[in-house]
Amino acid sequence: MSRKHHITTTINGETIEFLCEARQSLLEVLRDTLHLTGAKEGCNNGNCGACTVLLDGQPVDSCLVLAVEVQDAKIETVEGIAQCGHLHPVQQCFLEDAALQCGVCTPGFIVAAKALLDRNPNPTEREIRFDLSGNLCRCTAYDKIVRAVQDAAARLAAK
Amino acid sequence: MKDFEYVAPKSVDEAVAVLARHNGTAKLLAGGTDLIVQLREHLRTADVVVDVKKIAELMELRVESDGRLWIGAGVPCYRIYGDERIARSHAGLVDAARIIGGWQIQSRASIGGNLCNASPAADSIPALIAENATCHIAGPNGRRTLAVAEFCTAPGKNALAAGELLVAIELPAAAPQAASAYERFIPRNEMDIAVVGAGSWVKLDPAGNTIAEARIGLGAVAPTPLFAAAASQFLAGKPATDESYAQAAELAQKIAKPITDMRGPAEYRTHLVGVLVKRTLATAAARALGK
Repeated sequence: MSRKHHITTTINGETIEFLCEARQSLLEVLRDTLHLTGAKEGCNNGNCGACTVLLDGQPVDSCLVLAVEVQDAKIETVEGIAQCGHLHPVQQCFLEDAALQCGVCTPGFIVAAKALLDRNPNPTEREIRFDLSGNLCRCTAYDKIVRAVQDAAARLAAK
Repeated sequence: MKDFEYVAPKSVDEAVAVLARHNGTAKLLAGGTDLIVQLREHLRTADVVVDVKKIAELMELRVESDGRLWIGAGVPCYRIYGDERIARSHAGLVDAARIIGGWQIQSRASIGGNLCNASPAADSIPALIAENATCHIAGPNGRRTLAVAEFCTAPGKNALAAGELLVAIELPAAAPQAASAYERFIPRNEMDIAVVGAGSWVKLDPAGNTIAEARIGLGAVAPTPLFAAAASQFLAGKPATDESYAQAAELAQKIAKPITDMRGPAEYRTHLVGVLVKRTLATAAARALGK
């Protein structure tokens, strides 16, 4: 039996403790140990972005982070984006614009798109496509995804 | 993934001691975007993974008072392109850092890791070669330096001896009337591996119309990234014109020894060397004039 590491970290504002083996990815621990199944395993090698979470404010592929690395870190997952039962404008616009088909890529897109708008509230289409290039949509709903991000930007600006 | 021991030393000396203790079975972890994939896919094995991100010296991104740029080996790409001073002083490296993977990769992947992974197609390496960057290396026998142009020895192999680690990459200060640029060709707009990459650094004379000095680095056209020495030397004293860039591009094509693979045939890659060398020289020269 491998040695377990005791990790304390902050996930969606809450202090969380868990045990993990060094070989386990953050994605594995989020999904299998902490039952935060929003982040999806797509490629498990850093190409598809379905497992995107924010690590200390930066979007990362959680399949390419070891869970042991997140001691004292701040993690935000798709589960933390809706506040008090209200969808975030990015989520609302993905819904209204039907910016998804099968939905597996959606949590990763939502996390990355929110990070993008937090950093750049008024992005051009080109900037949206460039910054979301680490997220793949197998159903190729890209045009609707870009439109949803543009709509979310407009909605956030009107607030 | 097979389990391993995880250690996060706090200093370079401690890291060197860990490497010595494990005699080749320890692997260094910076951003993990190569290592974790390689361990998962059994391309590499490790009994111990040594996370270098708790070593302050390796996470330092510093502009010295004389303008030299110190990039700790673990500094992720986003910190490089997020720094406006570096965007002005070492634009070619910023060009490369912005296109290594997507945003998620750039949040983690370090320039030092990109260099140590020693891919012939690594985006940062031709840019570093063009900037005449130097590696700072620590090991059981102390510290040493090595030109980035000498660092890669074969695909996936580098000049680090057993027990050594890369501490930092140092870039010379930006010179007046000098600038750099990096471009790669890929069949899509982003998130791909270079078919060919080229980095150029150009220093103009004070009047701004003659090239005083130039350096060209090439990627994905040989087993290691290359310094195009003859093409670079040719440019010294030449007018900063498209004709000079075209002549230098032809010299650069001569040292390109690309393979044919799924990313493109050798002939096409050689053609691309010409295109990208011309373009990056022109961009670097324009930037040197503040354009």
